[in-house]
Amino acid sequence: MGPILEMKGITKRFPGVVALKDVNLVVQAGEIHAICGENGAGKSTLMKVLSGVYPHGSYEGEIHYEGKEQRFAEIADSEEVGVIIIHQELALVPLLSIAENIFLGNEQASRGVINAEHTYTKTVELLGKVGLKESPDTLVTNIGVGKQQLVEIAKALSKKVKLLILDEPTASLNETDSAALLDLLLEFKAQGITCILISHKLNEISRVADSITVLRDGATVATMDCRDAHASEDQIIRYMVGRDMADRYPPRTPEIGDVLFEVRDWTVFHEQHADRKMIKGVNLKLRRGEILGIAGLMGAGRTELAMSIFGKSYGRRISGSAFLRGAEIDVGTIGKAVSHGIAYVTEDRKGYGLVLENEIKHNISLSNLPGVSERGVIDEGREFQVASEFKRKMNIRCADVFQHVVNLSGGNQQKVVLSKWLFAGPDILILDEPTRGIDVGAKYEIYSLMAQLAAEGKSIILISSEMPELLGMSDRIYVMNEGAFVAEMNASDASQEKIMRAIVRAGKDQ
Amino acid sequence: MNTIVEAAAGNAEQKGGSWRFMRKHMREYGMLLSLAAIMIFFQYMTDGTLLQPLNVTNLVLQNSYIVIMALGMLLVIVAGHIDLSVGSVAGFVGALAAVLMVEYHWHFVPATLVCLVVGGIIGGAQGYLIAFHKIPSFIVTLGGMLVFKGLALALLAGQSVGPFPPQFQLLSSGFIPDPISGTEGLRATSLLIGAIIALGLFYAGVRERANRNRYGAHTEPFTFFIGKSVVFAAMILYFSYLLSTYKGLPNVLVIMFALMLAFDFITNRTTLGRRIYAMGGNEKAARLSGIKTQWLSFYTFANMGVLAALAGLVFAARLNTATPKAGLGFELDVIAACFIGGASASGGVGKVMGAVIGAFVMGVMNNGMSILGIGIDYQQVIKGLVLIAAVFVDLYNKNK
Repeated sequence: MGPILEMKGITKRFPGVVALKDVNLVVQAGEIHAICGENGAGKSTLMKVLSGVYPHGSYEGEIHYEGKEQRFAEIADSEEVGVIIIHQELALVPLLSIAENIFLGNEQASRGVINAEHTYTKTVELLGKVGLKESPDTLVTNIGVGKQQLVEIAKALSKKVKLLILDEPTASLNETDSAALLDLLLEFKAQGITCILISHKLNEISRVADSITVLRDGATVATMDCRDAHASEDQIIRYMVGRDMADRYPPRTPEIGDVLFEVRDWTVFHEQHADRKMIKGVNLKLRRGEILGIAGLMGAGRTELAMSIFGKSYGRRISGSAFLRGAEIDVGTIGKAVSHGIAYVTEDRKGYGLVLENEIKHNISLSNLPGVSERGVIDEGREFQVASEFKRKMNIRCADVFQHVVNLSGGNQQKVVLSKWLFAGPDILILDEPTRGIDVGAKYEIYSLMAQLAAEGKSIILISSEMPELLGMSDRIYVMNEGAFVAEMNASDASQEKIMRAIVRAGKDQ
Repeated sequence: MNTIVEAAAGNAEQKGGSWRFMRKHMREYGMLLSLAAIMIFFQYMTDGTLLQPLNVTNLVLQNSYIVIMALGMLLVIVAGHIDLSVGSVAGFVGALAAVLMVEYHWHFVPATLVCLVVGGIIGGAQGYLIAFHKIPSFIVTLGGMLVFKGLALALLAGQSVGPFPPQFQLLSSGFIPDPISGTEGLRATSLLIGAIIALGLFYAGVRERANRNRYGAHTEPFTFFIGKSVVFAAMILYFSYLLSTYKGLPNVLVIMFALMLAFDFITNRTTLGRRIYAMGGNEKAARLSGIKTQWLSFYTFANMGVLAALAGLVFAARLNTATPKAGLGFELDVIAACFIGGASASGGVGKVMGAVIGAFVMGVMNNGMSILGIGIDYQQVIKGLVLIAAVFVDLYNKNK
């Protein structure tokens, strides 16, 4: 039938980063085309270029769709010609009904007055197409995630879709819902709708996809036909992770002691959906002087695990026990967790780590104000000295510690957050994506700091989506998937392929 | 020898530094300058009536309850909340005081204490709902505003109740006793106290600066610092002189000044204050730093309740009667004072002294426009425009 879509030489730059480098993508009409790659490989960015989220002119390269070059200035332009994207985070309004959501922005109205009957009958028809047995009047908040996903698809169908893009559609679905969704995609294919499916789950890809494009570090690595024998799972994994591991990590000789911290049978439920289990009976052991990596894809539950351990700052109905040096401890509030020597450096430093409009020194002292005060009165001299000492030690690049953190670069902000927690004097540091969004130089400084802290006998839990970083820094790695540890390996025998395989296999077993 | 050379180099570096420093810190000093400009304007327009000793005394008395509430409101706003109920709470507490003292003939000391405690309980109850049940403060205190307006009316059965015992009236209409010059002529004691405060603040400023220099923090340029401190001390001295030529320092000014110093200290120097700013700036980050954000919100509202009660007592004592209409619309003046003084509606930003200055900007305008005979209608229009303009200029400076 020929290609419905050709993206040629797409390059997209953000300040300081090249997110996409000369990416080519050819999608044949009527096929299901899978795009896979690690976190940060550029999959979502590519789809945003395609759908007009990044308008024409903000990237280089050409988009040919149905034989014509397209220059989308906004999402509405791409929807106009039948390109519909369903994002990973669903874009539904929870307190509106299914029908209202489906026709949001596309209301069935004449002269601004909504035709309720028309809306209703059309919704019933669309829900029939996606196989969702719910009344159009049901509020979206009252149906599960799987059904919400179907509502999104029905919404796409209401817009005369020709090319449907699904970004990780099954990430938050259970097995039954996932299977139903994949069947639906096959049905659409039979009706002549082309699909682009972004997914980590290789078993899903091999089930429905006709061809696969692998992205890595913002570039196309390979495009394969699925009927080809050469398109084996192992080959795909190799394409996804295959990059050289240069000398990007400081050398260290780990001196690992006894078990310092242990978590047993840790189970956590979702904050809003009280019956959704986010962490499923995790057992974790952390030794003195050890850097323990936790690998996993986005949504695996790593942050949720860390935050629930850190003073139950995430989740509900948390059960399980925590032990420090063999004795059970209470980590029920953040204050208690900190007093037991636990520190959590968040992955979202702007949202959860810093008071952006405050001075550097105020941020550094925040988690240990008693350390710079006497009977509740802050000794500003001491605070200044402490902050200046961290500025020097951590090499925070700023004029002085009176500067507001909002004006610092990402790497320096991260150093401020790290300083804050180091000043609290922890034995156990949980670092959640500590190098996200910071440049290579600052990364190396943070790796060196981790090595130094471990050498001082502190224990570090490193949560990272960058596998080279995990392999380069960790002594031992837990692989996490869907809220459970699915593998444990020593860094010496771990590899990116092994980790990826553990994740993929775990997905398959379910 | 060396030190002299270094000092000289330092001076050369600072040449013209004061002016640059001023421009850089326009936001901090801008409001103070605006207040000065407004005062000079009205002083000129009213042919000198504004700064007559009697009028200055009146200015203090008229604005004391707004200033007292603005101190608490600043904390509430910095914490990221708002309290709309303060006017009604002040009115209710004034009514309660009248009932206790006039109808039940309580002594003024226990009555005052009970009133302050009741204020704390009211603030605490609202704070509890806001902090622990996550009901937006706007809604809780909007409800509180209606509730206590109604309760004040019920308590007074729609009547005005008064007069208060003479000792209680002294809270608002009294002046500090003068053992030096008695009740005639220039009140030397008041002037002396003014001089001591001016000197004390000057000394505190010098010590603070020396302290900062000792640990190597940057400070404002020396000439600027001296200039600022001298002007500041001279202003305090001048105003205490003005007050001394009338009846001396009003009791309520002493209370207000003590509270001002206390809240300035709490917000700038204590862990409690620091935590409130951090919470207002980023609640999640503060909570993840181990700060008990819920209790902090609760405290700020309980504190607000006590201050609203105190303001209610001051107002009742000033009118010498409790009326069902007392406190009406106070919350608007108080909130406006905080925003004029540079507080941010999204929390985390604001200074106690800013709120005090804001309160006096409103107060001087009220007073000046009344002397000029501008009707209450246009007074409101002008005040509203000044509020918007002040915040506009502040945001403009911030984004520049």
